[in-house]
Amino acid sequence: MPDFGKQILAVNGLSMVFGGLRALDRIDLDVRQGEVVALIGPNGAGKTTFFNCITGLYAPTEGDMLISPPRKDKNIRLNGLKPNLVTEQGLARTFQNIRLFQNMTVLENVMIGRHCRMSAGIAGAIFRNRATRHEEQQVVEESYVILQKIGLAQYVNDFAKNLPYGAQRRLEIARAMATDPFILLLDEPAAGMNTRETEELDDLIEKIREMEGISILLIEHDMKLVMSISDRIFVVDYGKKIAEGTPEEIKSDPAVIKAYLGEESDA
Amino acid sequence: MFSIEEVKKSFLVSIWFMFLTFPIMVIRVNTIYKIVEWRWERMFYIGIGTFVISFIWRYLMRRKEMGVKKKEVGEDALPLAQRLLQNRRVSYPAIALVAVLALIYPFVFSLYQANIMITALIYVVIALGLNIVVGLAGLLDLGYVAFYAVGAYAYALLNYHFGLSFWVVLPIGAAIGALFGIILGFPVLRLRGDYLAIVTLGFGEIIRLILENWNEFSFGPSGIANIPRPSFFGIDLSLAETTRFVYFIMIGLTIFTIFVVNRLENSRIGRAWIALREDEVACQAMGIDKTKTKLTAFALGATWAGMGGVVFAAQTTFINPASFTIWESVIILCCVVLGGMGSIIGVILGALVIKLLPEYLREFSQYRMLLFGAILVIMMVFRPGGIITSVRRTYQFKGKSNRHA
Ligand SMILES: Nc1ncnc2c1ncn2[C@@H]1O[C@H](COP(=O)(O)OP(=O)(O)OP(=O)(O)O)[C@@H](O)[C@H]1O
Ligand SMILES: [Mg+2]
Repeated sequence: MPDFGKQILAVNGLSMVFGGLRALDRIDLDVRQGEVVALIGPNGAGKTTFFNCITGLYAPTEGDMLISPPRKDKNIRLNGLKPNLVTEQGLARTFQNIRLFQNMTVLENVMIGRHCRMSAGIAGAIFRNRATRHEEQQVVEESYVILQKIGLAQYVNDFAKNLPYGAQRRLEIARAMATDPFILLLDEPAAGMNTRETEELDDLIEKIREMEGISILLIEHDMKLVMSISDRIFVVDYGKKIAEGTPEEIKSDPAVIKAYLGEESDA
Repeated sequence: MFSIEEVKKSFLVSIWFMFLTFPIMVIRVNTIYKIVEWRWERMFYIGIGTFVISFIWRYLMRRKEMGVKKKEVGEDALPLAQRLLQNRRVSYPAIALVAVLALIYPFVFSLYQANIMITALIYVVIALGLNIVVGLAGLLDLGYVAFYAVGAYAYALLNYHFGLSFWVVLPIGAAIGALFGIILGFPVLRLRGDYLAIVTLGFGEIIRLILENWNEFSFGPSGIANIPRPSFFGIDLSLAETTRFVYFIMIGLTIFTIFVVNRLENSRIGRAWIALREDEVACQAMGIDKTKTKLTAFALGATWAGMGGVVFAAQTTFINPASFTIWESVIILCCVVLGGMGSIIGVILGALVIKLLPEYLREFSQYRMLLFGAILVIMMVFRPGGIITSVRRTYQFKGKSNRHA
């Protein structure tokens, strides 16, 4: 196992209760610099809920969520931060059910991602002074570079809603990348993709980690992808963590096999 | 293509309508002679009419479905008029023509016509403001007329008490409009869709009721009269000259509004508004401050209503709360929806159509509302995007094929 840097995300005892349902039950999870970590589990296990908690969409019932961005030298508590502030701190996510801005162009979708790294205000928009024009130009170019990296440059002026399905999933990643994150949370990025698209996604995630130095926390049902790409895997079932370890350890874990029995044959 | 099935369906619809309208259309009790009149021929007309309309309706629906299929295949969906507008060789002369017409309008046509046009232009400005809130940010605001009232009363009262002139109050009206936009914005931050619509509607009514009942402040239902018209460097103008002057003020204000709204739309803030409209959750998750974005939309939308209100008060020289009913909000909203939410040209067209058409169709004035409703329903079914659907800005990059969205 390669040597990874410091811990950049640490979640301790995270619980989320919806009425009588414990969707998350004292989950611990950590991600280190440069790692690809997978979060797997059967349907309804609470994986998306976990993402919603750390990105500030849900307020967890209990537990701590800490990040220490590699560029900064301090820990930041995520509890109670609004979603946009979490993103500003350097966590970016994609959505399981695609949530693109359908009636905006592909480029604009990515430009929205850069919003929190821009500063132009109302006066800037109206007077379009030199600083604003420069910033705008720069964002257009940066966004285009991201689209090239993700392989979506050919769609640059198309409406997001007109993209083929696989491209929409990748646009979600491009948009998240534009927020300049140090950790990327991907919620089932391969869902609905065919084998070839999934392989391309595998390469893309590898590339994001290698070239951009972004760590990745991934929810995925495609076991082939998960096993090939992850450095470590966390398994949850009914809101509880039932296993944690390298792909080899997980493959032979009795609790995991039991949870998945009959559900996944290619695990 | 016209099968027996279709004919049968239309036939049933017409029978149904004849039955429904029977009591009001056919029977009339003549109270003078105390007899019941049976007007059977009307039933016949209704039957024929409904039959034809239902037939056309179904035909259009089928065409629409075929249109959708074509789009899925990847056909360019922009309508002809819009593609023409994007072509510079068409759009530049068109703009020049409109400019010349706008310049000579008050000299060619009567004072009465000029006044109608002033009203229409006020609606263009405030509809463009509402377009920020509804069309761009996707916040359904049914109390928008409140800001219009605020602007109008700001001028009337500031002038009455402190003698402030039109030119001083115009920016103040804008600022007060924005302030009220924020005041309304705060409590409704968490609301969306229908809930937002209901609360804003309530807000609009509250403002009107305050103006109606707080006699010491706003002079109640009798309103405020003798509001001075805009001054022209202190020179005395005749009524005709003043009207022309106000007309040109409105032309200037309209151009200013288009300029600002256009710049806002293609800016960091404008994109954030649209993202908020498209998906509130994703928008926040991409690092956009929802609170700030909503409040700026409410504030910048209300600004134009505030200014429009000041000009309105100065034009009519008399205002009372009856001018600012919920009905007015609905009309402004219609301008935006009919023209095309989010599209500047569309909203301008919508406002002009809605304010000017009724003026020239006075004979039909009793059916105005009926016509309005019918047009809106038809638009919603066949062109939900409005007359002009909004087009997003495209960017060109070196060595790329330039495709349009
Ligand atoms: N906002 C909510 N209110 C109430 N219950 C919720 C809410 N969000 C999620 N749940 C419940 O929490 C449980 C976990 O849901 P979650 O979406 O996190 O599962 P998941 O692991 O992402 O499943 P999948 O693999 O199908 O995406 C489910 O039982 C779900 O019904
Ligand atoms: Mg999920």
